[in-house]
Amino acid sequence: MLSVLLSRLRVEEKALLEELDRRHVAYEVLDTRTLAFRLDELDLPYQGALCREVSHHRAHYAARLLEHAGVPVVNSAAAIALCGDKLLTTLALRRAGLPTPRTLVTLTAEAAIGELPSFGYPAVVKPVVGSWGRLAARLSDDEAAQGVLEHRAALPGAHQHITYIQQFVGRPGRDIRGLVAGEEVLGAVYRTATHWRTNTARDAVTSLCPVDADLEKILLDTAAAVGPGVYGIDVLEDADGALYVNEVNHTPEFHGAAEVLGTGLADRYVNYVLDQVKS
Amino acid sequence: MEKGDGLMALSCPECESEVSPPEPVRQHEVLECPDCRAELEVIAVEPVVLALAPEIEEDWGE
Repeated sequence: MLSVLLSRLRVEEKALLEELDRRHVAYEVLDTRTLAFRLDELDLPYQGALCREVSHHRAHYAARLLEHAGVPVVNSAAAIALCGDKLLTTLALRRAGLPTPRTLVTLTAEAAIGELPSFGYPAVVKPVVGSWGRLAARLSDDEAAQGVLEHRAALPGAHQHITYIQQFVGRPGRDIRGLVAGEEVLGAVYRTATHWRTNTARDAVTSLCPVDADLEKILLDTAAAVGPGVYGIDVLEDADGALYVNEVNHTPEFHGAAEVLGTGLADRYVNYVLDQVKS
Repeated sequence: MEKGDGLMALSCPECESEVSPPEPVRQHEVLECPDCRAELEVIAVEPVVLALAPEIEEDWGE
């Protein structure tokens, strides 16, 4: 039997469960908010697990616990830990030689203020853990940077003070979301928005993005750099068309992509999961 | 499993407006009240019970 880790059933989770139902795959939904693990009694009846938990920390620790009990999880705890942290992801991508936006990291928000004039504007500051563009801010000049970074310094939570700043790249209002399962590119879409944050959670509009050889290579190399799994990979284009890997999402949303690429995404996602848990 | 069929209209726990879940509805599904726009979670399916969905947390996302 498969277990499905989740706490919030979004469009994607519904599509995946419908696909499992269609195939008559036995599964049990595990609500991460109510799970309890006794570490000396970890005898679980699952052949594998599909992790679709919306909370990064709950996803990571649930996957760790299941893997400790011998249950393979898609995506793995290691992939969740890596991709859930933007700094760790960037380090892995750079280690693999992939193009990423220039990045400035300081361990306090204040330390970034003095560095930004030489780093250059516009820049984007983001929490190392977080998604949907939440708390991401575009810094246009010293004055804006000082204001935003002083607010970041006042945020509770030590990890919010780890300051991750990227060069702002791109044709304003558009990025690419590529979906990869293992060594297969499932497809790609442009996400276009009037706001510089192009997340579909912020109502960006999707349209078909042709997957040429350059894009396919960057998507597959990115997936290889972070390890086997199903990923939503965000790619930026600069004015000359050069590609940069921005982020790798370990529990990808694909409702926007599915509107363009069709309903086969859940089918291929489930294919990959079932292949992984039976091997 | 964890699906409910043949649903009747329910009340929004926030504003008591009528909410009609899709059929079939699944446990943990999130609905929006058409009147007050509150996010509602399906916390049970036999019978269907709605509760206010949890607020978005800092580490939620993809």
